[in-house]
Amino acid sequence: MISSLLPSWLIVALQRVDAVLLAVLSLLVFLGLATLYSASDGNIEQVQRQIIHFSIGLGLLVIFSQISSKTLRQWSVWLYGIGVVLLILVLIIGVTKKGATRWLYIGVDIQPAEIMKLAVPMMVAYYFSEKPLPPRFVDIVIALLLVLVPMLLVMKQPDLGTSLLIATSGFFVIYLAGMSWWLIGGAIAFVTVAAPLLYFFGMHDYQRRRVDTLLNPESDLLGTGYHIYQSKIAIGSGGAYGKGWMQGDQAHLDFLPERHTDFIFAVFGEEFGLVGNLILMGLYIFIIWRGLYLASKGEDTFARLLGGSLSVSFFFYLFVNTGMVSGLLPVVGVPLPLVSYGGTSVVTLMMAFGIIMGMRKRKRIYQRDS
Amino acid sequence: MSDRPIKLERDEQHMFNVRAIVAGIFILFALLGILGRVYQLQVSEHAKYSELSRQHYQKRIPIPPNRGQIYDRNGVLLADSHTQYVLEVVRDNIGDENADGKSTLADVDIFVERLGSIIPLAEKDVRLFKTQARRFKYQPILIRGNLTEEEYAAWAVNRPRFPGARVEVRMERYYPLVKTASHVIGYVGRIDARDLETLNKDEYIGTTHIGKTGIEAFHENRLHGQAGYQLIEVDAHGKKQSLLSKKDPVGGQELFLGLDINLQIFAESLLKNERGAIVAMDPSNGEVLALASVPTFDPNLFINGISQKDYTALREDPDRPLFNRALQGTYPPGSTIKPMVGVAGLIEGVVTPGSRVYDPGFFRLPGQKHAFRCWNKSGHGSVDLKYSIQQSCDTYFYDLAYRMGIDRFSTAMRRFGFGEKTGIDLPSEASGLMPTKEWKEKRHKRDWFPGDTVNIGIGQGYWLATPLQLAHATTIMANRGVRLKPHVLRGVRTARNQEESVLKPEPFPTLEAKDNYWNLTIQGMENVMRPGGTARAAGAGASYRIAGKTGTAQVFGLAGGKYNAGRIAKRLRDHALFVGFAPADNPKIAVAVIVENAMGGGGATAAPIARKLMDAYLNQAYGDNALKPAGAVAQQELEQMQPATSVQEPTKKSKKQKKQKKQRVNSD
Repeated sequence: MISSLLPSWLIVALQRVDAVLLAVLSLLVFLGLATLYSASDGNIEQVQRQIIHFSIGLGLLVIFSQISSKTLRQWSVWLYGIGVVLLILVLIIGVTKKGATRWLYIGVDIQPAEIMKLAVPMMVAYYFSEKPLPPRFVDIVIALLLVLVPMLLVMKQPDLGTSLLIATSGFFVIYLAGMSWWLIGGAIAFVTVAAPLLYFFGMHDYQRRRVDTLLNPESDLLGTGYHIYQSKIAIGSGGAYGKGWMQGDQAHLDFLPERHTDFIFAVFGEEFGLVGNLILMGLYIFIIWRGLYLASKGEDTFARLLGGSLSVSFFFYLFVNTGMVSGLLPVVGVPLPLVSYGGTSVVTLMMAFGIIMGMRKRKRIYQRDS
Repeated sequence: MSDRPIKLERDEQHMFNVRAIVAGIFILFALLGILGRVYQLQVSEHAKYSELSRQHYQKRIPIPPNRGQIYDRNGVLLADSHTQYVLEVVRDNIGDENADGKSTLADVDIFVERLGSIIPLAEKDVRLFKTQARRFKYQPILIRGNLTEEEYAAWAVNRPRFPGARVEVRMERYYPLVKTASHVIGYVGRIDARDLETLNKDEYIGTTHIGKTGIEAFHENRLHGQAGYQLIEVDAHGKKQSLLSKKDPVGGQELFLGLDINLQIFAESLLKNERGAIVAMDPSNGEVLALASVPTFDPNLFINGISQKDYTALREDPDRPLFNRALQGTYPPGSTIKPMVGVAGLIEGVVTPGSRVYDPGFFRLPGQKHAFRCWNKSGHGSVDLKYSIQQSCDTYFYDLAYRMGIDRFSTAMRRFGFGEKTGIDLPSEASGLMPTKEWKEKRHKRDWFPGDTVNIGIGQGYWLATPLQLAHATTIMANRGVRLKPHVLRGVRTARNQEESVLKPEPFPTLEAKDNYWNLTIQGMENVMRPGGTARAAGAGASYRIAGKTGTAQVFGLAGGKYNAGRIAKRLRDHALFVGFAPADNPKIAVAVIVENAMGGGGATAAPIARKLMDAYLNQAYGDNALKPAGAVAQQELEQMQPATSVQEPTKKSKKQKKQKKQRVNSD
């Protein structure tokens, strides 16, 4: 058997990995690599680099699946604290590229905001794990502050997309912790009323224009709107059954911008059609369901809140990306999870699934050898 | 930590499960929303996006057709195309300063300025380019033609600096005979904004030049041909990926004119150092053998836009070289019309072959004192029609016209083609003027006086005719009433080697008159060339019979004073005219000659020119320098060619051009 070929410590380690989730993830990854091959015009090197990203991600998944909820909890405050300090440093001595100051140079450029995508839900989950649930109003306020500080720091860089993702990952924890439905309804009502007021009375013209373009990209057909226009043509021309793998005209003739990264969903839609999209969505829904399921099997409240938040965040990335590419939502630079080309995204997502797996209740670990 | 409420693991687990299920349901609906959107794009609106996608990646690259050559009746090449290096720019590909991937008009300005530092660009070319660049974003637009080798080399070195610019090999028009027959052949010029309004954009996509004047303009539709195209797959940068389909262009028709270019050259040489016009026609079919207007100009100057300096020189030249005298020049026809007036008088019964008039040297209207003088002050005595033609007796025709009355006179002369366009296949023809009572009342707000009619009788007064009209009327005389529409185009050869396009003959009513009326007047015209006639010197020693009529058109009215050509300013001298045909018994050529402000009259100046032309044409003797047919035309082919009995209806374009009195150039 295969098990006899592997060292026993690895077999023990692999038992912490959820085989069902890993199998479905692998299917998605395979589909993603095939699409990437097409989107990069048959550039096998790019696909190889993405495979390396996945390998690192897989390694981290296995490693983090070993780490218990208790250990992670202890890291939360440190990670969050270091993250906030780094974000402040970014604003002071950060590296500026294309008008945004997002990086710190420590031999290589690192982007502290990426750390916050994990550190914020960890910190909020940590906070609530100490408190009685459902949370009291004061605890919610403190949790919101924990979210808002890094969010505002990232917004200042400016990096609107990432700050949004950081904030939502924190909000998801607050929601899962049991924030009262009344409060949730109230908050939604407040935002609904406050946003237009802010738009009309609290903004400069140039800020308002930026919001306009964000909400209605087709008003700017030469800029952002061009991307949306092209991706809609790509998806729409794919039809029910798609043009076939490697057959997408829009993609291969270079009409589609960012087609191997943020806009890869359009390439997929053009080549595999509605049928392909149904399969893709099916895989995603399964992964999200499995993530939530595993989270509910968490060792403790921290495990459940963090695992749940990471799973919902995974959905949120998916929703924002596909909504953007299909022209429903504003353009925010969010990759299609596990399909878009990009090391950071792939590695952190795989790591997140490792974390979810690792925080499960432990039971009968050694039984298999007996 | 003592005040901390008890945390209950079971309650928190339950709470999480509820929240997770609610979240799961929300997620399911959100993703179904995305799928709904995808369904909308891929199923409901699939057709629309499918079409958009096709438009995106297919691009039509036009292949302009080769313009048809123009030959004379013997196959001598008159207008040809040769290869040229031209610089073109595709506006969308010129790159941009803001690096946002889109080129603005401001970028065009910067680009052109940079390009101008490498290759000299004329201001006019740049202006034209910018006008077109505003319209056409993805099409190559000509910015500079006729690159020299040095300029080509300069461009080649700097090529990477100018994305979007490219040097193309183009077929470009040229006129090998330079100044010869420039008014007939005309010229092509760059398509300008005015042309763009009227032409068929599908056919002219990729074509840079269009006929502006002459045959080039009138027969533009025949010469141009049909555009071909390549359907190619392109990427978002417009780079060619693969060829999808191709349609070859069909070259324009090759035109064979009725013009005998050697006769044309000879005609122009006979008017050297003069201003004037000669029209020679074949009376048997209406073909124009020569249509000379002197001075001429070099049409090659206009092809890529004439320089301001050259244009000013041509326009301000007092001899008006751009003006086509043969077609647009209107002159009092003078005595040249006396044979036609005679025929009209006979038909109307105003005179008979034997009726005589006494000429005391002048004519008086009944009860009036004013004397209309005959050119011969001492008078011709008692004269009949034939003698009056030979001697050009004014008094006889004063009398004839007076008794005929302007209404009948004008109607009769219209049947010789006066007062209306002949309908020749050349743009900008003038209609001349055959006055009527109504015309004078309308134009001058005055009644028609009998004295007006008297002057008209000798081709003076309000009557104006073009040299072409005179030649046309002469062919009607030569044909004894048979009227044929003058035309320059004789036959065509198509690139596809298809059948000739049928040229419908247009019927003109024959001018019916008794045979002896024609005989009498033609005999009178023959006598003009004989001893005792006004052109006896010109007619002397001819080996064939010539029928002719001299004329003099007054430029400056002398109130009773004696006319002395040597004493008055050249511009005020009379015009010398002559019309005639030969051989008189079997007409092969009809000629109208006008020499502006000539030293001598019609008999001394114009008639000898006509005689020389007739000699040369009838003997086909043009000397050793005569031009030979081009190798591309087989003699057999010329013989087989179906002569064009009539010509195509003018195109819309040329109709429009006719309205414009001035000759057009493609600038300003």
